[in-house]
Amino acid sequence: MDEHLKIFMASIFAENLALAFFLGMCTFLAVSKTVKTALGLGVAVIVIMTITIPANNLIYQYLLKKGALAWINPSWGDIDLTFLSLISFIGVIAAMVQILEMTLDRFFPPLYNALGIFLPLITVNCAILGGSLFMQERDYNFSESCVFGFGSGVGWALAIAALAGIREKMRYSDVPDGLKGLGITFMTVGLMALAFMSFGGM
Amino acid sequence: MPETKAKDVLIDPIFRNNPIALQVLGICSALAVTTKVETSVAMALSVIFVLGCSNAAVSLIRNFIPTNIRIIVQMTIIASLVIVVDQMLQAFAFDASKQMSVFVGLIITNCIVMGRAEAFAMKNPPLISALDGIGNAIGYSVILLVVGFVRELFGSGAIWGYQVFPLSTEGGWYVANGLLLLPPSAFFIIGLFIWVLRTFKPEQVEQEG
Repeated sequence: MDEHLKIFMASIFAENLALAFFLGMCTFLAVSKTVKTALGLGVAVIVIMTITIPANNLIYQYLLKKGALAWINPSWGDIDLTFLSLISFIGVIAAMVQILEMTLDRFFPPLYNALGIFLPLITVNCAILGGSLFMQERDYNFSESCVFGFGSGVGWALAIAALAGIREKMRYSDVPDGLKGLGITFMTVGLMALAFMSFGGM
Repeated sequence: MPETKAKDVLIDPIFRNNPIALQVLGICSALAVTTKVETSVAMALSVIFVLGCSNAAVSLIRNFIPTNIRIIVQMTIIASLVIVVDQMLQAFAFDASKQMSVFVGLIITNCIVMGRAEAFAMKNPPLISALDGIGNAIGYSVILLVVGFVRELFGSGAIWGYQVFPLSTEGGWYVANGLLLLPPSAFFIIGLFIWVLRTFKPEQVEQEG
């Protein structure tokens, strides 16, 4: 249990996907202009990550890993399909996003309307694929990957909501011409990343 | 006339329409691998290869792709190319591949690749698309190399692993600036780079922040 808590806290703060590994930066910078949309995207990312990372974990453990196919036929014990992981992970993510979109549309229309435009964006959000690849690299088991998926989603959402809050306030500041827009956002994110790193000692 | 167009397509993205500084694309993977020049070069070469080939491939089949599944088709092409690069790196540059860890795989979701396939390759013939891909990848690489150079030089006093400034811990005079090896420094360097670029090219300044 301790181990899980550690993964959870680390994935939110010290190893925040957005601020420590620069994942999902494109959407992170583009959609952080107002807190409301940032929160919408954040929630969508949490949901998708909590679903896809454990799903990819199962695929990796039982289909792709070296020796993983032994449960079908013992003579396939030394087949190593790891090189297919990239393409299967991205497939799972795209499919999950599509399924989630259809489910929400059918059963929870208000939520679908709130998240609607963000869902397709998420397929190409590097944070999602990055999360799955980290899960593979660190060799998490199923329960650990559930915790890790949820934690990294929360961390990403927290980071984008905080950045959006700062950017809303920054509209009243006098920024040098060349830094306006993108430049000052980079600086802000840098400072935020420093702040988040101080959680590293926890 | 076609010749000038080819040249524009190749040269434009490097400074005038830089994918990172102006279009805000592909930052995700750009920053994490730039603590050293060596990994930056490996990343830059991989992206040039993937982007050139994917643009050419997408453009070759652009008239046969049904519109509503085009994203999946592009994704598959890109993912296959990235797998090739990943396997090549593991075979010939194992150290660099270990250091870049998941970021080789993340070339798939690098928005530049998808963005160029969608915006340029779907509308233009293969040769010019390949040039466009290579041009954009070079624009991306320029930033990658600048950031990698600054971070390695000031962060550990070295370039490409050779000690340029003797470190104080080994009896030299240079006290390494550890901040530059940490993630936040990459944001600062890119921010400053954008500032410099826009000071020289005022037409790129954003009016509403």
